Amino acid sequence: MHNSPIATADQEAHQNPALLHHFATEEQQKDAASLGMWVFLATEIMFFGGMFCAYLVYRYWYFGDFGAGSQSLNVVLGGTNTAVLICSSLTVALAVRAAQLGQQKVIIICLILTMLLGLVFLGIKGVEYHDKFVEHHVPGPGFHFPGHVPGHPDIPINQHHAQIFFSLYFIMTGLHALHMIIGVGLFAFITYNAMRRRYGPDYYTPVEVAGLYWHFVDIIWIYLFPLLYLIDRSK
Amino acid sequence: MASGERETYLNKEYGIKSWLLTVDHKRIALLYLVSITFFFFIGGFFALLIRLELLTPAGDLVQADTYNKLFTMHGQVMVFFFLIPAVPAVLGNFLIPIMIGAKDLAFPRVNLLSWYLYIIGGALMLYTILNGGVDTGWTFYTPLSTEFLNTHVVTAGLAIFVAGFSSILTGLNFVVTTHRMRAPGMTWSRLPLFVWAHYATSIIQLLGTPVLAITLLLVVCERLFHLGIFNPALGGDPLLFQHLFWFYSHPAVYIMILPGMGIVSEIVCCFSRKRIFGYTAMALALLGIAVVGFLVWAHHMFVAGISLYAAMIFSLLSYFVAVPSAIKVFNWTSTMYKGSITYQTPMLYAFGFIGLFTMGGLTGLFLASLGIDVHVTDTYFVVAHFHYIMVGGMVMAYLGGMHFWWPKISGRMYPEGWGRLAALLVFVGFNLTFFPQFILGYMGMPRRYWDYSHSPEFQILNVLSTAGATVLAVGYVLPMIYFLWSMRYGKPAPDNPWNAAGLEWMVPSPPPTFNFEEQPVVTWEAYNYDEIKEEVPVAQ
Repeated sequence: MHNSPIATADQEAHQNPALLHHFATEEQQKDAASLGMWVFLATEIMFFGGMFCAYLVYRYWYFGDFGAGSQSLNVVLGGTNTAVLICSSLTVALAVRAAQLGQQKVIIICLILTMLLGLVFLGIKGVEYHDKFVEHHVPGPGFHFPGHVPGHPDIPINQHHAQIFFSLYFIMTGLHALHMIIGVGLFAFITYNAMRRRYGPDYYTPVEVAGLYWHFVDIIWIYLFPLLYLIDRSK
Repeated sequence: MASGERETYLNKEYGIKSWLLTVDHKRIALLYLVSITFFFFIGGFFALLIRLELLTPAGDLVQADTYNKLFTMHGQVMVFFFLIPAVPAVLGNFLIPIMIGAKDLAFPRVNLLSWYLYIIGGALMLYTILNGGVDTGWTFYTPLSTEFLNTHVVTAGLAIFVAGFSSILTGLNFVVTTHRMRAPGMTWSRLPLFVWAHYATSIIQLLGTPVLAITLLLVVCERLFHLGIFNPALGGDPLLFQHLFWFYSHPAVYIMILPGMGIVSEIVCCFSRKRIFGYTAMALALLGIAVVGFLVWAHHMFVAGISLYAAMIFSLLSYFVAVPSAIKVFNWTSTMYKGSITYQTPMLYAFGFIGLFTMGGLTGLFLASLGIDVHVTDTYFVVAHFHYIMVGGMVMAYLGGMHFWWPKISGRMYPEGWGRLAALLVFVGFNLTFFPQFILGYMGMPRRYWDYSHSPEFQILNVLSTAGATVLAVGYVLPMIYFLWSMRYGKPAPDNPWNAAGLEWMVPSPPPTFNFEEQPVVTWEAYNYDEIKEEVPVAQ
């Protein structure tokens, strides 16, 4: 953060090297960074909100087909992934705490654990995508989803409506996975800095702010999981 | 830098690298200025071709397909690459940190990133244009855009998607900067209305733009992978697309106009030598427009098949926008009442803004009422209405602001006589272009038609409109010429050429890289013109 080309002009010798030139105090800088992340997350809510809106409309219209689509998803893998992500949120929170306490090794361990859990999530997601591909459940010319609406043996599944379910499934989980990949990249960068002992009680804003982002990505999944996997499991 | 010369943000470093890698908000503002001016003239070029085609009733200059592309690219370039970024990214970027007494925006490198995103989006748009363009209309309505066209919808959609994130990052920077970077004593009630206006604008950018982004992404996916999310033939809902699109694109109108209102508030106070009338009401009206503006989007869909009850509610809510808008117009007028008014170029543009915005706003009420809207939907009445807001309002304010702060930005005075002439040309040309379109629309001429040979009685008004567009073009080219001229030959500008209030006039023209030598402490209210004894200097 502190290699800004114009940061040298009026820095006093004794102050925190992480303090950028245009902030008066470290507190102001920290407040700005964390407010910036919160505001960014508000835009992310609106970004995903558009898709949730589309989901709600079509789920209301095509409930039976959405239920059938949902039942074809692997709830064991999805549930495992939910647990994996919740654990990764814990390790991020521990990393922030370790940074505040200046426990250099613990920061690095927690960050690496977070990245590993993130990669496990992405791996499991990849397996699920592969299964869907093999089953011809990917929307497009090869789409094939036989069967009937859950609880109604006489109503066959409408192929168009089921495709809408799977379109939304792939776009929503795909964009979520993209956010996970960005998050893992972010943590790789922060781990590198942590190895250079950049963070401590005086300066841990990047860890905290990236942690906020990661929690947000987790929360999106907390909503995606029941909405996509658990629509109509009772029948 | 020549020896003995004062160091400014302009002469501190030279070379292409010192510009392309700068994190100085003032230099980034100039990068934006050059880029948006480029796109303004591209969009204007399309507009002139449209007006040329409509000079005669027959479709003789271009054919239907080309004409569809012309108005589509005119709309997309002007809306997403000029109107939305123009005031915030140029004047807002340059002035907000100085106005609140900060050295820079909160996130200087994010600011540079937003310019690069704009450039990437702009490059994609240029690629689209050069490869034959796109003809969806700027609104990308489905399933036309996803199913029935063979033009470059995907790249145009991605261009706007990327440019949208540029807009989001600018808004994010402004919100955090306004909250966290204000100088000691610069309380919320002392902020210039220009800053309030950008704060309100940023809220819309932050909450609206992501919805447009995801909507366009869905359109792109639908086209690439033949999904059916918005395609009625595949069970999708085109109305859902329209709801999502207008959820952003109606508030986007306020992204364009609110910063303009901020500019006009600054100019009116300065050239009337008076404190703004009703400061608190003016600030709240800005926020009010931003909030109510989010609740009116479906008035673009009155004939699209939404339920009558929804239409009635949206009609009523659309009327509510008139309340804060009227507060603004009345308060500018009250500010001028018994003021010591002088008629410099920025003030001429401000007068133009107030009048034209009022006309655009009042015709907006016609369109918000269900009965009249059905009659004039998709006619030139609508075209004239929104051009009165966007061109008559926003572009007027932008040019007014450019003249007002040009001495601060460049350190040079523009030629006042030419400035007044250009302002007059823009005003006359604008009205000549767009007033006939109200009548055309009311008479029933539909928008987006390249050929009106079935009703040649429309020709005389179309000829007037095209003539006006020519005058308007001259009015727009003139400032570009004399601004460039003044950078070399203009009279050196004093620090405060208008004897105006505000922190930006207390720093040198042009400002040094860090804006302030020392941290300023604010002990006065905004627009304290009662404490400034000097008048606006009379132009030579």
